[in-house]
Amino acid sequence: MSFQELIANLQYDTVDVSLSLFRPELAICATIVVMLLARLPRIRIDAFYVALVGSAVALWFAAPWRYLAAGATEAAGPQEIFTGMLIFDGLTVYFRSVLLLFAVLFIVMTRLSGIPDREDGADFYTLILGGTLGMCIMASANHLFTVFLGVEMASVPSYALAGMLKGRRQASEAALKYSVYGAGAAGVMLYGISLLGGALGSVHIPTMVTQLASMPAEALAERQTVLMLGGLMTMVGLAFKLSAVPFHFWCPDVFEGASAEVNAFLSVASKAAALALLLRVAIGFGHLPQQPAVENHVPPAAQAAVTAAQATLVSDAPYSAQEKANDDGLSPTRDYMVGIIALIAAITCTFGNLAAYAQTNIKRLFAYSTIAHAGYMMMPVAAAVALLGRDPPMAEKCVAALAFYVGVYLFMNLAAFAIIAFLRNAMRSEQIADYAGLVRHSPGLVVCFSIILISLIGLPFFSGFIAKYWAFYVLVPAQLIWLLVVGGLNTALSLFYYLRVIKTMTMDPEPADRLPVDFSMISAEGVYVALVSLPIVVLGLWPDPLMRWVDAACRQLVN
Amino acid sequence: MESELLLSLIVFLPALAALVLMLPLFSNQRPDAIRLLSLAATVAVFLLTVWMALDRPAGSDASTRFQVGEASMQDTFARDWIPSFNIYYFMGVDGISFTLVLLTSFVTMLSMGASWNITKHVKAYCILFLLLETGMLGVFLALDFFLFYVFWEVMLLPMYFLIGVWGGPRREYAAIKFFLFTLVGSVLMLIAILMLYFNSDLGRLSRDQLQASRVPNSVVQQVEQGGTEPIHTFNLLALAQMGQLPDSPFDKELWLGHSLQWWAFILLFIGFAIKVPVVPVHTWLPDAHVEAPTPISMILAGILLKMGGYGIIRICYPICPDAGYDLAYVVAGIGVLSMVYGAFAAMSQKDFKRLVAYSSVSHMGYVILGIGVWTAWAGTDYNSDYWSMGMNGAMFQMIAHGISSAGMFFLVGVIYDRVHHRNLDEFGGLFAKMPVYSGLAFGIFFAGLGLPGLCGFIGEVFVTLSVWTYSQALAVISASVVILTAGYILWTLQRVYLGPEYKGPHEDGIYPITPREIAIAAPLLAFAILFGVYPSAVFRYMTPSINKTVGDLATWTKEVKQPRIEAERSSEMELAQKP
Repeated sequence: MSFQELIANLQYDTVDVSLSLFRPELAICATIVVMLLARLPRIRIDAFYVALVGSAVALWFAAPWRYLAAGATEAAGPQEIFTGMLIFDGLTVYFRSVLLLFAVLFIVMTRLSGIPDREDGADFYTLILGGTLGMCIMASANHLFTVFLGVEMASVPSYALAGMLKGRRQASEAALKYSVYGAGAAGVMLYGISLLGGALGSVHIPTMVTQLASMPAEALAERQTVLMLGGLMTMVGLAFKLSAVPFHFWCPDVFEGASAEVNAFLSVASKAAALALLLRVAIGFGHLPQQPAVENHVPPAAQAAVTAAQATLVSDAPYSAQEKANDDGLSPTRDYMVGIIALIAAITCTFGNLAAYAQTNIKRLFAYSTIAHAGYMMMPVAAAVALLGRDPPMAEKCVAALAFYVGVYLFMNLAAFAIIAFLRNAMRSEQIADYAGLVRHSPGLVVCFSIILISLIGLPFFSGFIAKYWAFYVLVPAQLIWLLVVGGLNTALSLFYYLRVIKTMTMDPEPADRLPVDFSMISAEGVYVALVSLPIVVLGLWPDPLMRWVDAACRQLVN
Repeated sequence: MESELLLSLIVFLPALAALVLMLPLFSNQRPDAIRLLSLAATVAVFLLTVWMALDRPAGSDASTRFQVGEASMQDTFARDWIPSFNIYYFMGVDGISFTLVLLTSFVTMLSMGASWNITKHVKAYCILFLLLETGMLGVFLALDFFLFYVFWEVMLLPMYFLIGVWGGPRREYAAIKFFLFTLVGSVLMLIAILMLYFNSDLGRLSRDQLQASRVPNSVVQQVEQGGTEPIHTFNLLALAQMGQLPDSPFDKELWLGHSLQWWAFILLFIGFAIKVPVVPVHTWLPDAHVEAPTPISMILAGILLKMGGYGIIRICYPICPDAGYDLAYVVAGIGVLSMVYGAFAAMSQKDFKRLVAYSSVSHMGYVILGIGVWTAWAGTDYNSDYWSMGMNGAMFQMIAHGISSAGMFFLVGVIYDRVHHRNLDEFGGLFAKMPVYSGLAFGIFFAGLGLPGLCGFIGEVFVTLSVWTYSQALAVISASVVILTAGYILWTLQRVYLGPEYKGPHEDGIYPITPREIAIAAPLLAFAILFGVYPSAVFRYMTPSINKTVGDLATWTKEVKQPRIEAERSSEMELAQKP
């Protein structure tokens, strides 16, 4: 291929294919620029409005209602964009939409809760949107460079956000801890990536996996240690983002030090992106890409021919394709990944639930709750990898379980942290003990909070139950019954500390030394809490619409 | 009325009333409006169930009333709920569930009546109470395993709050203990549900079996078109059909040499046994009962405990018969253990309510024993009559215990409202002060004792008789428990009601029973007497369905299990004969 052709291909790939699918991210970039300009003394627009409009426009471009409507993804199909750096498929659309929806709701929440103040607004929203941009890249990463890039783009703003409350020692300490930890994890991850890249000759995930599958046994044996070490080190970076045990130490301190708003961002957006990334890596390494992996994009005609050929191949012989998949030389890789992910999931979940017992600060409690939920959410990932070779449709169902969980988790944790933030404003306290007897002051708020907590335990009729049920459901066909038992017992364990908060709010007498609580449901804050809690109930009673979306999002994930 | 509308109304009417109560229109300033609306909702549900129980007018077969004599499911309907998981909003009644639905609506109505002296947060109390009723009725009517599980869990939260907010001094401990025990049980149940679901395949059933299981027509067509993929189901009736197939999909080996259904049976049985409760997982019950307010104790003893028994009859045995057969002695043994332990524990109690709570453990042991007695073979002859008798006895015992224990808890509550203690040693002489109350109490406690002519007798006798052909040792023990029961109940009556004078505090607080209290206790006593002298009033509804359940399992024992046992025996013999 001559240089000219290369440029032509690149231009075609970037301008004609990739950029139009990258519009949400571009919208965020534009918003950030506008926000920086809006600070000029002459213009002086409130950054809140810019951020809100910008993220809403980005959400509009992400358009899950268009891509995930019935029959839509079949037409689109997975597409590698930017010369294979990113991938665009239903899952990209879904996770991007979740992240951007969260951004919109989150920006509204920060306005109501008053952090950041007007002066900090532009900085705060720039960091938030910058982080969201990184998370969108994490969710669509197809190349270990973009994996690393996304992780760093998401992490660096988070470090600054954690220290956003200036003048609070705890916040500064949290930010420092977070960034030192993060830098360490990033270094290890980068080393892991370089090991993997060195052993397999590429860092483009589909190319790597093709290499891995076609590697002769003796070559594989020779490089086994390097590969395993590289995989493990890459996992360190992911586990740090997921706050999975044993890389969770930053989480409670950061959550306690940072404001409740930032906690919401870290516990929802950051977690969703980290899970999406885990999926990308795990699924990417777990199965062979159908089309011959090429780093450079083929012009449309050739690609169409390839796709058509694939389509006939798949429709003619679904079973033979499946059987072939059984023997694709990747089962050792899969077993290795299932082992690691399942083990980390079980430990993370159990540790989070046990450590949450002793907490007296609601933010720390939620930090451990977040850790525990990361464990629950990793379970379907393990199941998905385990099923990739055996039963691809079921593996897609596993991914769908995770996607559903993330969607529900967004509302649960956003609403919870919104309540924590509003209560902090109302009574200047984040101690669980100060929530005592709150039901007498604002029963509506306590009902909403109780719904959230019960949904987090996973009891019907709330959506947390459906999400958890689905995550457990897929463990059975994946033959991970032990993980199911661990998850089930953890549900019983988690009962105590969630219920303790409800008990404190409803049954305990009010403490004498608490400031008077000044919160009414008939206010913007109250309405916001009610509106964000509503989906928790609605999706519990009628989960079908979201289920259809996540099913559509995962339909073409595995060939 | 359409059966879909009727059953949905029965289940969700209380929840609707709860929603209405949430309106700001109702405030705690006017508690009587809230109480009256809640009572009206429970009465309406009761009337609907009574209307169903009335005989169908001659010549109208389109009615949705319960048809007496029909053994299979009636008034079934199924709607998509979560289609991605094959989950249906699938309900129906048969004799087993219908009698329990009647009991539920009746006891709930009475305990709502008993809730008048709840004065703290009346609005929240009534909302939770009504949600609890929806959960309980839903459990008995659901025929989709997932739906059943959902209702089962739905009950937990209202119950937690009702005990935890309105209970006695140690209410928070009792509430969390109740919650935790039941949640552990239901998590185990969830694991079993998933195992059964993924191994179920509607394609294994014949067209007739599918229709008998009320599988929707669209699914039947899908099954008949065939395909290599198994079609999983949560349909309880279809799962039971599969469990009783000669080559059941649940027979495959799972772990430690036991089959999938063996493990599923264990998990489900633990889940239900916690609810019953049987020894050794009964410890939540005395705490919950002692701390719960009177109306909630009535519901707890009258209805919630029955769900365990119902689950075992409806789910454990039909779906996992092989495990049921193998573990019959264990189940029966646990039943007897509960009976004996509960009776001794009751005898040693100082707290009146705790005594009644342990008597519940003892009485529910009869239920487990009656269900567990798998005597499809009497000697060498094939005969399932005794098992059927035991099962009928167990079901009758559930109804009778629902009446008598609700009554006993209510009567304890009546005296507690007056003297504010429950110490058995500090009562006495109540007969002179409260003659009407004492009369009612004697009647209801005798019903609990199992005096002939009262409802407790029938169930105990049926169960004890049926055990004789299964195991004479168990029969002797279970029969002698009657003596223990008589011992602690008579001793209690003596200490509380008889004697020359009242010995405890608050003597001047004692006033005669009020008309409202009579209106709650008298119907309970009336039914205790009615069911004692005319047990057919209950049996006519439930016996056909019970006999069908037992008959199906007995046929399975004859046609599937017996050859299997013989095959195992002969292969063992061969092994033994080899040098």
